[in-house]
Amino acid sequence: MALVWDGLRQALGLLAGGDADVFGITLRSLEISGAATCLSLLLGIPLGVALALGRFPGRGLAISLVNTGMGLPPVVVGLFVSILLWRSGPFGFLEWIYTPIAMVLAQLAIAAPIVTGLTLAAIQQIPDRFRLQMRGLGASRGQLLWVLLREARLPMLAAAMAGFGGVISEVGASLMVGGNIRGQTRVLTTATVLAASKGNFDVAIALSVLLLAIMFLVNAALTWIQQRRAP
Amino acid sequence: MTVVSLTDVTVRYAGALVLEIPALELEDGQILAVIGPNGSGKSTLLRVLGLLEAPAAGAVRVRGAAVPAGRRLEARRRMATVFQEALLADTTVQENVALGLRFRGVPAAVRRPRVARWLDHFGIRELADRPARTLSGGEAQRVALARALVLEPEVLLLDEPFSALDPPSRDTLLADLGRILRRERVSTVLVTHERTEARALADRVAVLIRGRIVQLDTPERLFQAPVSNEVARFVGVETIADGRVLSVSAGLTLVDVGGQKIQVAAEAAAGERVRVCLRPEDVTLSPGDVGAGVSSARNRLVGSVTRVVAAGPEARVVVDCGFPLVALVTRRSVEELGLVEGARVTAAFKATAPHLIRLDGTA
Repeated sequence: MALVWDGLRQALGLLAGGDADVFGITLRSLEISGAATCLSLLLGIPLGVALALGRFPGRGLAISLVNTGMGLPPVVVGLFVSILLWRSGPFGFLEWIYTPIAMVLAQLAIAAPIVTGLTLAAIQQIPDRFRLQMRGLGASRGQLLWVLLREARLPMLAAAMAGFGGVISEVGASLMVGGNIRGQTRVLTTATVLAASKGNFDVAIALSVLLLAIMFLVNAALTWIQQRRAP
Repeated sequence: MTVVSLTDVTVRYAGALVLEIPALELEDGQILAVIGPNGSGKSTLLRVLGLLEAPAAGAVRVRGAAVPAGRRLEARRRMATVFQEALLADTTVQENVALGLRFRGVPAAVRRPRVARWLDHFGIRELADRPARTLSGGEAQRVALARALVLEPEVLLLDEPFSALDPPSRDTLLADLGRILRRERVSTVLVTHERTEARALADRVAVLIRGRIVQLDTPERLFQAPVSNEVARFVGVETIADGRVLSVSAGLTLVDVGGQKIQVAAEAAAGERVRVCLRPEDVTLSPGDVGAGVSSARNRLVGSVTRVVAAGPEARVVVDCGFPLVALVTRRSVEELGLVEGARVTAAFKATAPHLIRLDGTA
């Protein structure tokens, strides 16, 4: 029990003292996972909309693949991205392995199916009759899409939250493709794993508290936007 | 002038014919009701008229001009459609009413007063800032109608707009809408399975059965003179019996139906086969065998009650007088006159009440 209390006390000291190392790791986590989430929204929203509204051969298979992708184990993603970016691999010439770019790509592979799947579900829950009504009021294709996205904005924000939550808290892929290099690819989760394995529970707890705080703040901000009355 | 018309339109779903309309026209300022049972193709007809669904064959013309594929949106923006459900967007009432104007790029300065005016017309101005999802069914449907009419459409298309409402909201909205449509002279197509709505609003009524228009008439003509059994049943005629004309004199046709002689104020030829249609509300019942007394009802048929079916404050009484005849009476009358199964009664109705369908093809 003393281990926990000591750890907590030292963690608070680290956080209060504004440890430069901890600060750098936190910032890097936000940058990498933020970039991966933004890219997953750019990719996942159009894909989700296309799957929800489109009618084309192979659509059923594509939806099944997306649904499977929503539960991809990060280590599996890490393994495949590692193989692709490995020095002797097909994209080895890019020299991205053990760089933040590799981490963004791996996290994108984890978040994109989540965003796509949740967008698909959000658009599909709007009844066909609503689409017909909007066309009956003179909506063009673009205007119809705009109205649909606006109608689905709450579940879409949930998609963004789920995507960000999924990638900032994963460790397997980041460790494998980033290498946990101090000052370069070390993020909150990989740093926590390292600190705990070395018995530095104070640092591990401090990093965990920060991770929880970030997730709380991001979710609180998005929830606030969700709950705000539409103009 | 014709606002919108259909020519030789057919619609097929999975090869099956669901709509076949050789010709249908809507004149300026006219309210056309399309009535028919569920699944008769009414909503399909409305979607075709509203350019929301392309027919398998045939043409939809707006102001006499066919609409090419590339100009459907433009033509659709001259119309507005309202469905059974209000289908409001998740925003405020006034933003909902402004939606179609936004689609058309109407600037805010023009949009606002127009929206306010139509909120007023439907008596919902105080709801302007309310989130649409918090409205009652009746309020939501008012918003949906205001959202369509604010567009000042050349054609208003209404698909069962009252059927999801409770009777009091339905009746007041029906009255308000009727007033507005007449005042603004909005050319309207109303699809409904409620004949009372058609009767209340329409200038002309089309009866659609299995995808085909079987009768197109003024409401008066349609409800008094249905052309077939199906139409008769649908417009509320419950007694339908075949007979043969015995004689015709002084505008009165004497018809033999199941051994009973019925006088009908209608044209027919002696010996001709006819079908007599009678609405239940036109029949009065008296207990026992009442002889020809002092009354203008020229028909008095004696029979026995075979069935009494109560529905709300009224009851349908089926009397066997050589053929089954249905009368609509109050439940109080059922009790006071002792109308139970087996009771002998006299059914009376005027010669002007029945309508004749001539079966020998001369009608």
